[in-house]
Amino acid sequence: MNWEAFWLTVRLAAIVSVLLIAIGIPIAYWIAHSRWRWKFLVEAVVALPIVLPPTVLGFYVLLALGSRSPLGRWWESLTGHTLAFTFEGLVIGSLIYSLPFAVQPFAASFGAVDPKLLRASASLGQSPARTFWRVVLPLSKAGLVTGFALSFAHTLGEFGVVLMVGGNIPGVTRTISIDIYDQVQAAQYASANWTAIVLLLISFAALSIVYGINRRPWAVGPWK
Amino acid sequence: MEVKTSPSKKSAAPPPISSELEVRIRKRFLNPEGSFILNTHFRALAGFTILFGASGAGKTTLLDCIAGLNDPDDGRVAVGGEDLYDSEKKRNVAAWKRRIGYVFQELALFPHLTAEENVAYGLPTLTPAERLARTGHILQTFRIEHVRDRRPAQISGGERQRVALARALVTEPRALLLDEPLAALDRPTKSHILADLRQWNQNHRVPILYVTHSSEEVFALGDEVIVLDAGRIVAQGRPHEVMRAPRLETVAQLSGFENIFDAAVVALHEDRGTMTCRLGTGTVELETPLVRAEVGSRLRVGIRAGDLLLATQSPKGLSARNVVAGTIRGLEQRDVIVSAFVDCGGTEFEVHLTLAAREALKAAPGKKVWLVVKTHSCHLMSG
Repeated sequence: MNWEAFWLTVRLAAIVSVLLIAIGIPIAYWIAHSRWRWKFLVEAVVALPIVLPPTVLGFYVLLALGSRSPLGRWWESLTGHTLAFTFEGLVIGSLIYSLPFAVQPFAASFGAVDPKLLRASASLGQSPARTFWRVVLPLSKAGLVTGFALSFAHTLGEFGVVLMVGGNIPGVTRTISIDIYDQVQAAQYASANWTAIVLLLISFAALSIVYGINRRPWAVGPWK
Repeated sequence: MEVKTSPSKKSAAPPPISSELEVRIRKRFLNPEGSFILNTHFRALAGFTILFGASGAGKTTLLDCIAGLNDPDDGRVAVGGEDLYDSEKKRNVAAWKRRIGYVFQELALFPHLTAEENVAYGLPTLTPAERLARTGHILQTFRIEHVRDRRPAQISGGERQRVALARALVTEPRALLLDEPLAALDRPTKSHILADLRQWNQNHRVPILYVTHSSEEVFALGDEVIVLDAGRIVAQGRPHEVMRAPRLETVAQLSGFENIFDAAVVALHEDRGTMTCRLGTGTVELETPLVRAEVGSRLRVGIRAGDLLLATQSPKGLSARNVVAGTIRGLEQRDVIVSAFVDCGGTEFEVHLTLAAREALKAAPGKKVWLVVKTHSCHLMSG
């Protein structure tokens, strides 16, 4: 068991899923409430990572992060090194890769909040922002936990994007799925087996949480 | 302490009675029967103003426009002289800044909050102590202290209704909109809540627009009533003045009635909501529901044969206002229904009996009977 790769992966998944709460909530709110006629295009773009081969996604992310792209050059002028083959680059790639797994449950739960409650909140003198904070978010708890757990589990298991964007640098970009691949390549099946089981168990636990919450809307939280 | 001082302060110096609601709204709206133009102009003073009309008349659209949850095509909404919406001045105050209380037909209580938290929802800017005092006081006024820690799903329909009212009232709105808030409740619960609401309105002199399609509620609340039909105000005034007029039936509605008589209005009894009509050229007089008519005016009265009762002795202690003596002229059996034709001093009524009733009454031509007619079985249309 490669603990260095394990903790790196957990750190990556944690950072990505926390950032996705911040990034995903505004996108999801817009998707849930916008009446823009071209909204479906945005929805399609957000969902792309679900169907795209991770290598394709990784390839474009690599191009975007490299020193020939504006983003890559900007980052280089700030920090003095490129984003490709760094942990930060891995975070950016994973954010895009796991975006739909956060945004879709968020948007579904925001959209499921009864619009009458929003009207009631307005008639009680509460601004849209306060209404979001006091009504929409609390009633979307299950969707928020689902999106968090799914993007965590999804990032945990990514392979193709990591390989394209991060390469395989121990302690920097070598995640457990890459480590398993390495071990298999080196014919260390026993070791690969242990790592694989850990990954399997964590993923199972994450999905159990998701299905556990969605079994009953109020199964999580202080109330019965 | 807080609870005690705040009401007494109010009774010493009542708030200014400037909170008149002025509404002039034009808006195209859709209902299942098509597209209508809501076109209304009225003022509502402190106290109850009833908005009465069939479903689809535009009542909810009107309330939504007043609350700012829907935009009129043009017009003006003002409360206490302050413009909330004015299409000429391009002014449209956001719903959440209007300070207009609104209780929806579906209540829309927050399911994740307790009754007390629901009530306190509109008071986030108060200090916790003030909030507690205000919430506690209104919970007491509406008799829902015992459910304060329960969620909406855990309390009864009447309690939910009270929570929804308390939640809107505790914010001390400048006007109150109630969209059929009591429609789903049984009568005793309804009248208790109305009594509490009236009590509240004694201390808070704001206009209350109360939407209903139950004429019973109109009479129970009745200060001023506005009758809305297909988006337009068709009548306005005190309930007894306006309510009966729309009850005149159309020819199509009366076409299925077995008994249709020409009638003349003999007397009006506005105090009890009825009038007396003489049928045809005969001597029979019936007490019918009151419609807007004058003594001497000519109407038609329709009565279903199935709504009439026959008695073989003069009945006593009846709630029905009309008992007319007559003689059975003939009987006709159609399938399991027996039509009895009863002559009452020259006016003939058709009465439907069951086979069993015919046996029990020993109904036969020439038999003397008494015909019982309920006031509300008499349907009126203009003559």
